[in-house]
Amino acid sequence: MHDTHTISDEKYEFKSATRSKLFMLFGAGLLLFVIGVFMAMSAGEGGEHGEHASTEISKSLVASVDLQESHEGAAEAHHGTAPWLKRIFTTLWMNNVFFTGLGIIGLFFIAIQFAAQAGWSAGVKRIPLAMGHWIPIAGVLTLVLWFVVKGDVFHWTHAGLYDKGSADYDKVLDGKSGFFFWPMAAGSFPIFFILRMVIFFGLWYLFFTWIKKEMLAEDMDGSLEHWHTSRKLSAIFLIIFGVTSSVAAWDWVMSIDTHWFSTMTGWYLFASWWVTGLAMITFIVASLKEAGYLKVVNSNHLHDLGKFIFAFSIFWTYIWFSQFMLIFYANIPEETVYFIQRRTVAPYSWIFFANLFLNFVLPFLLFMTRDAKRQISMLKVVCPIVIIGHWFDHFNMITPGVMKGEGGIGLLEIGMGLMFLAAFLLVTLSSLAKFPLVPKHDPMMEESLGHHI
Amino acid sequence: MTHKENFLVGIFDDEDVLLHAVENIRDKGVKIKEVFSPFPVHGLDDALGYKRSRLPIAAFLFGMTGTTLGLFTQIWMLGYDWPMIIGGKNYASIPPFIPVTFEFTVLLSAFGMVGTFLIVSDMKPYKWPRQYDIRSTNDKHVMAIDLGANKISKDEIQRILKDNGASEVNEKSF
Repeated sequence: MHDTHTISDEKYEFKSATRSKLFMLFGAGLLLFVIGVFMAMSAGEGGEHGEHASTEISKSLVASVDLQESHEGAAEAHHGTAPWLKRIFTTLWMNNVFFTGLGIIGLFFIAIQFAAQAGWSAGVKRIPLAMGHWIPIAGVLTLVLWFVVKGDVFHWTHAGLYDKGSADYDKVLDGKSGFFFWPMAAGSFPIFFILRMVIFFGLWYLFFTWIKKEMLAEDMDGSLEHWHTSRKLSAIFLIIFGVTSSVAAWDWVMSIDTHWFSTMTGWYLFASWWVTGLAMITFIVASLKEAGYLKVVNSNHLHDLGKFIFAFSIFWTYIWFSQFMLIFYANIPEETVYFIQRRTVAPYSWIFFANLFLNFVLPFLLFMTRDAKRQISMLKVVCPIVIIGHWFDHFNMITPGVMKGEGGIGLLEIGMGLMFLAAFLLVTLSSLAKFPLVPKHDPMMEESLGHHI
Repeated sequence: MTHKENFLVGIFDDEDVLLHAVENIRDKGVKIKEVFSPFPVHGLDDALGYKRSRLPIAAFLFGMTGTTLGLFTQIWMLGYDWPMIIGGKNYASIPPFIPVTFEFTVLLSAFGMVGTFLIVSDMKPYKWPRQYDIRSTNDKHVMAIDLGANKISKDEIQRILKDNGASEVNEKSF
């Protein structure tokens, strides 16, 4: 504890070797993506029969229970985008939602630590802070991408659905239209929806800058005032996040399956984001520790991070099951269609079960013992499993509603995921190098150094 | 009672003194039977050289028993012994069984842990706990040393205890 000063001078150096590795990852992603696009394009020409067959299966499964399918024929006209382009749009949106979550969870993690007056985490708080730098980028991406993909990903944007005279008229969606279009006429520009998107990202970014400013100012003058201000801001942010993350889940994920609704969606997306964020924080901490950084972190802190992942993997499973169980038991057609699509149609069904295996069974069994959570080697096995598992989870949340029976997971999706991952890590690590890796005057540092469990 | 067990009981006023005393006394080769303190002393388990408890393993095994038993009970009862249609689902339909299975797992692992703990800590219902010094429930830390388990003479241990800050050293037999 006496060498606090020397420890606090630590700074992460974003080496050019790391940078070029990330660029290579991005390049590999791009290559896979381009190959995937060509494969999807040629499959669209050659494999017409196969695709039609699977579409037919999904239609017959879904048609009996979903209203939406009854006007599928008419809707086909404005859903005329080529399958490969739809796949690009879907994977763009899906990865954007996934990585938005990672960014905002960085801030959420810090806010929880401040609000709970947690001491153990003093040494690792700079890693989630660096992840938070993705928030403004995610905000711009979300806004821009939404306008690019809306016609294909968001069924409810089509004006015909709200026109009583049109063949596409949809009574259910017309009833929900205020949620998107207020105060304008249904079917015009969704001003309420866009406003929410802008306000959410605006608030998140605002609180991110405020809390970051306080955390870094503390390094300079060591005044306790910064910690108190951060705590106040964090408490306010947590309330805002509780509402915004839930509504964001309805807007960006649930509204894709426009007819479907679940009261668990807000929790479900949050649970998925949160555990992925924890896995990402832990993975970066473990990697930095392995590279010789973070002398203030020992196996006790890693143990706590591991416990977080273990606990919230179970929490996610609980939410997953609660959603499934309610829908399974009530057996209301417009709700069950969601699971019928995901459990029986070819590309989604194996992901449906892999999802439970990767996100519950594996972390549960691998992280059960104390020793597993204290060892870097084990953390570096489980964290990627959880991150990849929840990427699949996001895939199954978003893709089936857009692609129906035509969706798939291939080089196109994997390539896009790698590109996003490389960009996210590039932003995170370059931001991490801009401030001291370990807070200099954190009032909780002493407690963190003596942390023992 | 065939023969009595004799103990030396060291009384300590301060937990820091106690912690160092435990280390020094063990270094001298004296085996400590047990230390009683009115509040948890951080690092005492390590200083006493206790191995980590194997209670979690017991919890896991009891939990697995609960999972198996819970699932089996429901599948057998509702699926085979007295099949009933509930909510139009299959007789043996897994999703509705999960909450009960979960509760069974928690119940058995909790009861199993409590039972295991009571048995290994020698706190059987008919057994009256040994009271080395009643003040360990108030403001003193109490170190019990089994003379039968130590080769070092009583006087020598008494001297070591005193040297390491024990405020009193008493004898106790059960």
